[in-house]
Amino acid sequence: MSDGGYPDAVADEFPPPPTAFTDREDREIEIRPYEGDDEARESLVEMYDTFDPADRAQGIPPGGEKRIREWLEAILGDDCYNVIAWCGDEPAGHATLVPDDDAYELAIFVHQEYQRAGIGTHLIRALLGHGQANDVRKVWLTVERWNRAAVSLYKKIGFETSDAESFELEMGLRLNDDAGDEPDEGGGN
Amino acid sequence: MKVLCGIGGSDDSFRALDRTVERAAVANDDLTVAVVDNEDSSVAPDDVLERAREAVDEAGIDAEVRRVEGDPGSRLVEIAETEGFEEIVLGGGHTSPMGKITIGSIAEFVLLNAKTSVTLVR
Repeated sequence: MSDGGYPDAVADEFPPPPTAFTDREDREIEIRPYEGDDEARESLVEMYDTFDPADRAQGIPPGGEKRIREWLEAILGDDCYNVIAWCGDEPAGHATLVPDDDAYELAIFVHQEYQRAGIGTHLIRALLGHGQANDVRKVWLTVERWNRAAVSLYKKIGFETSDAESFELEMGLRLNDDAGDEPDEGGGN
Repeated sequence: MKVLCGIGGSDDSFRALDRTVERAAVANDDLTVAVVDNEDSSVAPDDVLERAREAVDEAGIDAEVRRVEGDPGSRLVEIAETEGFEEIVLGGGHTSPMGKITIGSIAEFVLLNAKTSVTLVR
């Protein structure tokens, strides 16, 4: 991220996955970490292949199966943290933490068939719980300014704006105490 | 076409430089490369100038390479307007670890303020 930094206070504790709930459309949703499973990866490829292009943000998810696979290759790596929201054997959404120096970049996607049903809130909380349990300390993201629903979700979670000078807002969250860590320089990206 | 390519030393600016020089050689563009201040760049302006001159020499084209000091976005827009450029070419932004494209602050300013067409090279 830029040098805007992170909140001083550590965020609330988030429930680590697996978690389960009933969404606002009465669908049973279960959130589980992604742990290198081939079948789950193929399901994600399918989800992104049918993802509404209007829901893309800053170029992701990319279009076309080949580029989707290349992109997933990078963000489903062993050094990343991923959770998937499942409705039966179909992924409704996916959230990920990708390492960037001393912090992680966050992104979250909910398929258009499952939007506006409360899944995003559960999904991001599960991802942050997964990160907290794995000692992730700092998380940042960018979001398009006009995407008010997303911005208010991130604020509700505890993210604070670190850079408001660009087209996209940059926001940061402190997940775990970093006692003994280097002072905050805000890692480059 | 009379083209102004602004570079500040970021990776995407060098990509824009190479692509613009390549195109100028084929399309016979009247190209000026402006080396601007970019506080986010780790490459010194003199090295950026050197890199630009090399690219122009290698392509065997007759392009001017110029150092432009001051606020990069507004200087580029001003030069384009006062010297009759038809297009400004800039780097198309960098990609985060996640794969998200972020446009630099120079490109943002130029996009919103230029009267000419603006090309962002991806």
